[in-house]
Amino acid sequence: MASVRHHVQIAAPAADVWRVVGRPELLHLWFPGITSCTVAEQDGALTRTIVTGNGVAMPEQIVTNDALLRRFQYRITAPLFRNHLATIDVLDITGDDEQADTSVVVYSTDAEPAVMALVIGGGTLGALRELQRQFTAGSGPALDAAQAVQEAAAHG
Amino acid sequence: MGRKILFVTTDQQRFDTLGCNGGTVARTPVVDALAAEGIRYERAVPQSVVCMPSRSTMLTGQHPSTHGVWMNGVPLPVDAPSVAAELHDAGYRTALVGKPHFEPFLDPFGKFRENRVAREGLTGTHRGFEHLEFATHGAQGLLHYAAWIAAEHPEAIGMFYPVLDPTLEVNAMGGGDTGAPQARHNEIPREWYHTDWVADRTIAWLDSLGADDDWFCWMSFPDPHHPWDPPKSELGRVDWRDVPLPDGYPESASEREAILDAKPRHWRMWYDGTLVSNYEAPKHWVPATLTADQVREVNALNAIECELIDEALGRVLATIDARGWGDDVDVVFTTDHGEFQGDFGLLFKGPYHVDALMRLPLIWRPARSAGVAPAVVSRPVGLVDLAPTFCAAAGLPAPAYMQGAALPVSDTDADARRGEQRVLTEWDSELFGVDVHLRTLTRDRWVVTAYRPGYVHDGSEGELYDLVDDPLLRRNLWNDPAHAAVRADLVADLWDHQPPTRHPRLDVLAPV
Repeated sequence: MASVRHHVQIAAPAADVWRVVGRPELLHLWFPGITSCTVAEQDGALTRTIVTGNGVAMPEQIVTNDALLRRFQYRITAPLFRNHLATIDVLDITGDDEQADTSVVVYSTDAEPAVMALVIGGGTLGALRELQRQFTAGSGPALDAAQAVQEAAAHG
Repeated sequence: MGRKILFVTTDQQRFDTLGCNGGTVARTPVVDALAAEGIRYERAVPQSVVCMPSRSTMLTGQHPSTHGVWMNGVPLPVDAPSVAAELHDAGYRTALVGKPHFEPFLDPFGKFRENRVAREGLTGTHRGFEHLEFATHGAQGLLHYAAWIAAEHPEAIGMFYPVLDPTLEVNAMGGGDTGAPQARHNEIPREWYHTDWVADRTIAWLDSLGADDDWFCWMSFPDPHHPWDPPKSELGRVDWRDVPLPDGYPESASEREAILDAKPRHWRMWYDGTLVSNYEAPKHWVPATLTADQVREVNALNAIECELIDEALGRVLATIDARGWGDDVDVVFTTDHGEFQGDFGLLFKGPYHVDALMRLPLIWRPARSAGVAPAVVSRPVGLVDLAPTFCAAAGLPAPAYMQGAALPVSDTDADARRGEQRVLTEWDSELFGVDVHLRTLTRDRWVVTAYRPGYVHDGSEGELYDLVDDPLLRRNLWNDPAHAAVRADLVADLWDHQPPTRHPRLDVLAPV
């Protein structure tokens, strides 16, 4: 099993970042190179199918979606992978002496064959930077969608 | 109307594969004729011995530390400087036909433009090239050649040797007559093979130009890089059973091992199969298992691929002559890096800065209208010098960002214009916890490599070779007390002339 890990620091509260990261159906709005994702429930388990920019569909199994720990984990179950586990952690690193909320998002890829960790891991770095970009700008498709989800929940 | 430029690159071709450089296996009359009429460089050195950093150096005129592509899998930023853009801005028509590889090939997310243009049905534009038609080592993938094969000759897709195995590692599967890794008798008809396709598409683009257009065409053949799978119809050109073993291949295993043991540890560890420090060699192939017959067959297949390139280049030059441009075209022929091809009992490439990978074929046939006398240049030059050479041929000053100087047209010119002549080469790789870092200087009769700390190196290791007394680079003089002063001088020179480093460091986004 090979590991690749990337992280970014985002000037936003961890709770706000989690509102995006914790919604599996929003991934394509902040992961460049994923054009769509569909979440479904199957036999009591959540699955997600992503479609990449090259038209490749990859099925995934959602393993963990823990809002308290702010940890999201999924496995790609496509035949090319003997094993895969992706972990996205959103960490609150706001210090006592700082006024601004700050969080760190860590996106880890463990995969076998080893090469797939690099291939997929290269994409995750782009995703983290896009997430950072949207929060820095204060808007973007993922933030807008997360906001819409929150408003719908408030009115629902 | 100015001088037009045909820039011809191959991939992973050794210096000694050309007849004009003393090669005896492949017949290369077209390149030999260019050398006879132009300038043949005897010590052309890459700034990196793998594709992406080296090709990025050719395009930008910068060392890998500066352009930032420090290993394969690191994409060259889309806004990186480009000699093609300089020429295009000056009114040149520009094309890149064949293998690009400034961006990773393994790209499931379609992030990189090189991998998107064919799928989007486009042939332009990128990095200053207005016309793009891409190919790589087979018919798989996302490039124009693969799309053409899929559309026109789908039965040929499976004929090529699969470069990667099902786990996406570089394939170790044996083939050919001897079971050599990455060897295959390819059933594909010659006219469908990528070498002829690259020439065909280059000719088509040249035919589309106006008679008075100035142009810069980078024709980039994917061969003779492995896999060694030329069309089966061509195997009769070179019978591997008749191919002599290369001078660099010690037949005795004990002799090979003694030579390797005098070099830093990762040499012998790779040979024994205990450490594969980079992605570019098959992870599951052990060099110690390489047989003499496999070396012969690999060299034969490689020579066939070199002959096909030579003939394809001949067709392009005939087109240029037919268009009436023959006196106004500069032709530069080179490659991105070399190949072991049996030296020290090894194949492929990696963090090994010796002539197999670092002594490159380089021929410059200046436009006849420039009146440059034929010459052989023995002074060291680098691929970093190519971009300024293209600017000079086009009558443009070299931009300040370029770190090389226009190629000398003779040793006298080199001595007068370039001062102390040193060429730098660098290697950095970090793959799943294994890192290797080398810095190399080629100067005078010496090649010195200093190691920085890494996975199996503590930073005290090095290599020092005397190119004159030891042309096969078998005696590592790094720890020889008699050469301590030479080593100290060269190492000081090496560290004094390191190029500026790009900050922040670019990320590895794929294996290759």
